[in-house]
Amino acid sequence: MALLAVRDASVELADRTLWHDLCLELSAGERLVVDGASGSGKTVLLRAIAGLDVFTTGGCEFRGRPRREWSMPAYRAQVMYVPQRAALHPGTVADTLAAPFGFAIHKGKEFKAEAAEDLLTELGRPAELLASPTENLSGGELQSVLLVRALLLEPTVLLLDEVASALDPELADAVERVLIKWSQESERALVWVGHDPASQSRVGTAVLPITGPYPLMARP
Amino acid sequence: MNSLPISDLQLALAAGLMLVSVALSWRLRLGLGRDIAISTVRMVVQLLLVGLILDWVFSLQNPWLVLGIGLVMTLLAAHSAAGRPRRSYPQLFLDSFVSILVSSLLLTGLVLRGILDVQPWYLPQYLVPILGMVLGNSLTGVSLAVDRFTAGLVTGRAEIEGLLALGATRREAARGPLREALRAGMIPTLNSMAVMGIVSLPGMMTGQILAGAAPQTAVRYQILIMFVIAASTVLGCLLSLELAFRRLFDPRHRLRVDRLITKG
Repeated sequence: MALLAVRDASVELADRTLWHDLCLELSAGERLVVDGASGSGKTVLLRAIAGLDVFTTGGCEFRGRPRREWSMPAYRAQVMYVPQRAALHPGTVADTLAAPFGFAIHKGKEFKAEAAEDLLTELGRPAELLASPTENLSGGELQSVLLVRALLLEPTVLLLDEVASALDPELADAVERVLIKWSQESERALVWVGHDPASQSRVGTAVLPITGPYPLMARP
Repeated sequence: MNSLPISDLQLALAAGLMLVSVALSWRLRLGLGRDIAISTVRMVVQLLLVGLILDWVFSLQNPWLVLGIGLVMTLLAAHSAAGRPRRSYPQLFLDSFVSILVSSLLLTGLVLRGILDVQPWYLPQYLVPILGMVLGNSLTGVSLAVDRFTAGLVTGRAEIEGLLALGATRREAARGPLREALRAGMIPTLNSMAVMGIVSLPGMMTGQILAGAAPQTAVRYQILIMFVIAASTVLGCLLSLELAFRRLFDPRHRLRVDRLITKG
């Protein structure tokens, strides 16, 4: 059974249809690359799967159950969107990484600084990054922190939106290695959006091409 | 003892002071000249009219009529509160009205019945001025709180959606902006309480003293009214923020900044 499925989905904006009749299935161990020109709605697709944006038609299922049957926090704790960039609350990196463990949905999990240090090291960052204030992070460091924050919460599906776009090639390689290993460790899968064709082919086990946007179809 | 009367000429001299603001606005190109003129004229006309009808209002014996006046005052306060935030949403007027109505009427009623024990409870000489002071402060608090909240949602959108994406409930994700907004709504009241008596002698107390009341009594009234104002402001802010929160985050824990309308 597929972990995640999107069925007959479309997103219409005020003046255009981004895509329509979009279907995808994601099984454990799969790494799906979403490929499309900029402006084709790759980010909107990931955000809509995460429930941050809405599908105009269609919808998605997680573990065979329609999303509306899931409580949204429970669903998002499993199907986790990692943005290209996000603002972080003032404080240290460790504070930022620990904060989500205070959410009701993550009760029972515990923030472990060693796990965060290990992940940062695997991503090519010094463990001392944990103590630095979030205001001082470079764009690339921010991306590493966002990825670590998501991985520590042990989601089932990661929706990765250009998570290596601000990284040097070596660091981007490290991200790919970590994520490929992560996807093989247990019943997990990921969706990858990224510009670099070489990394697309290294990461992906399948490709979903999206074309568009289209002018809005006239309604009767 | 009665207050010294003020003649039309004396009022006109005082109005000349507004020209200072207008001149500064013009010199510094603040573009506030129009707003200052409109506010000035409005205030003068409103107060003169109120002076004309207050005699009649204070003679009212009918509780429904007094409550009706209170309702009109609340509607005007809600309209003013809803007009101020730079970002609005379609039901803002309704939400402001509900929060100001509940907080102000509740607290004013509590004072008139529970603390002062005015007889009859609707005695307009007490109800109208006390409600007016409470409304004025609530509306400032509500408009500041909502303004800060909506601004916080727009500027903090990336952070909030980042938290939602990690499984935060809408309330967990909104905690920061809600706290900031409540703080912003309470600051004017807290500031004025902090300097009261030292820097400022509040209007009501000054008025009572000018009209011949014993300073001891005037001070006690002022303390009482400040407690009522603080309580109704915090209640009004909490209510309006709760309502705004429910409009701007949907039950599926999605941030809906698309419902905000930014004023030009």
